[in-house]
Amino acid sequence: MSYLDRQGQGGLSSWIFSTDHKRVSLLYLTLMTVFFWVAVGIGIAMRLKHLSGSDFLISARTYNALFTVHGVIMVFLFVIPGLPAVFGNFFLPVLIGAKDVSFPRLNLLSWWLFLTGACLALLSLFTGPGAPDTGWTFYVPFSLRTGTNVSLAVFAAFVLGFSSILTGINFITTVHRMRCEGMTWHRMPLFVWAIYSTGWIQVLATPIIGITLLLVILERAFGIGVFDPARGGDPVLYQHLFWIYSHPAVYIMIVPAMGAITEIIPTFARRCIFGYKAIAYSSLAIAGLGSLVWAHHMFTSGMADLANIIFSLLTFLVAVPSAIKVFNWTATLYKGSTDMQPAMLYALTFVFLFAIGGLTGVMQGALGLNVHLHDTYWIVGHFHYVMFGGTGFAFFAALLYWFPKMFGRQYDPKPAYAAWVLMFLGFNMLYGSFMVLGYMGMPRRYFAHLPQFHSLHLAATIGSWALVSGLAVLFGNFLIALKRGAPAESNPWGGKTLEWTLPSPPAAENFHTPPVVTEAPYSYNPKARA
Amino acid sequence: MSYILPQASSVSLSIDRFFLGSLALCLAFLLLVTFFIVYLSIRYSRTRNPHPEDIEGNAALEVVWTVVPTALFLVMFYYGWTDFRTLRNPPPDALTVQVTARQWSWSFEYPNGKRTGDLYAALGRPMRLELRSMDVIHGFYIPAFRIKIDVVPGRTAEAWFLPRLLGDFDILCSVICGTDHSAMLSKVRVLPEDEFKRWYFSDEAAPPRAKKAGERKEDRGGVLLQDKGCLACHSLDGSTMVGPTFKGLYKSDAAFLKREILEPSAFIADGYPAVMPPSEVSGEEADAMVDHLKTLR
Repeated sequence: MSYLDRQGQGGLSSWIFSTDHKRVSLLYLTLMTVFFWVAVGIGIAMRLKHLSGSDFLISARTYNALFTVHGVIMVFLFVIPGLPAVFGNFFLPVLIGAKDVSFPRLNLLSWWLFLTGACLALLSLFTGPGAPDTGWTFYVPFSLRTGTNVSLAVFAAFVLGFSSILTGINFITTVHRMRCEGMTWHRMPLFVWAIYSTGWIQVLATPIIGITLLLVILERAFGIGVFDPARGGDPVLYQHLFWIYSHPAVYIMIVPAMGAITEIIPTFARRCIFGYKAIAYSSLAIAGLGSLVWAHHMFTSGMADLANIIFSLLTFLVAVPSAIKVFNWTATLYKGSTDMQPAMLYALTFVFLFAIGGLTGVMQGALGLNVHLHDTYWIVGHFHYVMFGGTGFAFFAALLYWFPKMFGRQYDPKPAYAAWVLMFLGFNMLYGSFMVLGYMGMPRRYFAHLPQFHSLHLAATIGSWALVSGLAVLFGNFLIALKRGAPAESNPWGGKTLEWTLPSPPAAENFHTPPVVTEAPYSYNPKARA
Repeated sequence: MSYILPQASSVSLSIDRFFLGSLALCLAFLLLVTFFIVYLSIRYSRTRNPHPEDIEGNAALEVVWTVVPTALFLVMFYYGWTDFRTLRNPPPDALTVQVTARQWSWSFEYPNGKRTGDLYAALGRPMRLELRSMDVIHGFYIPAFRIKIDVVPGRTAEAWFLPRLLGDFDILCSVICGTDHSAMLSKVRVLPEDEFKRWYFSDEAAPPRAKKAGERKEDRGGVLLQDKGCLACHSLDGSTMVGPTFKGLYKSDAAFLKREILEPSAFIADGYPAVMPPSEVSGEEADAMVDHLKTLR
């Protein structure tokens, strides 16, 4: 009996109080999909605003709330929980041959905290003086002065932070304590390495944003004077504290995505991963170096020149481990036997779009150029290439890869290819236009744009329509497969990792008898190696 | 890059050169990786190559593709740093102008006490800016000059430029600062040096050429409305912005309007927020502004 059928009636309470890591995973997936679409809708609304200069329906104040809410939802409710909460929860225990995560009840508590934080975030939109209008970064002193619902929104992010920390603790412990017999560190699938590295960032960095956001609330309520220059506080201190978390958070968002890609490519190339250790340790290197580059978000803030120089240098260095991964993924195709299933196509698209995001990130890491590009549409384009082209496409690739295992049903590949065409064209039209706009000097977070920017705004808006149509086809296809998809085989792609030894969908506690691992995770052709 | 954005300051040439150089390098990287992904997945597709091989890695390759990008990145870091050094070190003979940022306008004050809402600069003469904010963080950004600096309240920010093209260039706010963030615009107007000097040592509020070229009003009151930042929140054409429009505002009560300009908090019009900052307007300037309002029927 599969995890989906157990507990007979399968009513709501058998889900929202379930400690089964697979059910918790689907709880996250459901909630995150809803929020993803809300934020996509807000994004489309913002693009529509730039079609004309009128403030029909969307006023300047509304627009400022829209980009704030779009950012808060996408960052805190979709991309940060992202792959760890959904695929980490589902596959981390399975990939290391465990029955569940180390602390199943803590895992359920994490989801409840996530739900609470999400409800608080929604509450901040519709109650009191209305949605915050500061941008998702909540920079002081504007976030202290604005009359909008900043305190509640910030408190929501604070609660969501706890969910993230507890998930991190849970995954780290699971990797240390729950590996099955024979699952040595160097036999762990690379998705596990990625989730493990991410866990450390979550545990070490998230408390800092927690305390920072609390200080913002205290500053607003009692005027304690830590950040407010009118009371002797320092706004740049806030930026440091904010980015000490929020830059590592970028790696919380992207490292698990890289991990998923590293599972998908060997499966469809039907050969072992090229450079296992290079990929595994580059995840740790990103987690380490990534904690030391935060102030590259602040090159124009007026901090000391020496600090600018050091942070620029470290920024160039943190790009190296990501480049190493890209080269190893590419080399994995050499002498493989590639089957271009949708999951593989999306995974390779991830490599392409992430490379653009990474390389533009390297360019803007240069101090002189950064001064021109900072706070423009270039930056908006850059981080959408990383967060959407990177994490987003990896999320879709992972869903295409693991969907049959998770739900026991197979989807039709044709709509997934059609969705790819729409999304790939729309994506590059939208965010490619953003990058050119940024170089032309279009600042971000602008309700109204100057006339010289109009034609590219128009191109971006048209691109957004193609992109959202592709998304609709992709998700619609999944919904149809959930209802009417053919039963999935246990190993539809010919994968070698442990999840493919289980039936689709897996049983409640995964393995009837604990597995014993005797070889490296991706040994497709052991004879050729000998 | 001049076809998408004028290279109007000395530093813009070297910033653009760096941009194009690093863009070429990054595109080469991207094309290399993309070429191999496409080529290898076709050459070693399931149909062409049904019998794959496990190749676990290659230490020499790992070293090559670690060392080569690191070296190239360090070169990029170096050139980025040299541009930055230039941006941070104004020449000693630069004319220093005080810049005040407030929600949602810029104002400029010259060493001889001249105050303007647009920034006037002389071609080929360096200008140094000392920037202060009266309220929240603003970002002083002149894309055509490739300069930007955050104006953080409680601190004095510094920037400089040397104009190399005549003309008007946008000044934008780059840090979200509230409802009218995207309307916090001004211009830097680059004049020939002799024309700049003639204006600078005259009693004129704006240079004659700028008056003709720009949409400047002929009378002093109109210029003041622009220069004091009033028009950031009050429209001239009847449309509603943060504050009530100036069009038709004058209804035979000049004394009331003058008091409103000098003491904004004394009376707040229905339906508008009480956000107008205390003015830095003299009584005589307020009279000129009211005279201009009389003309806006």
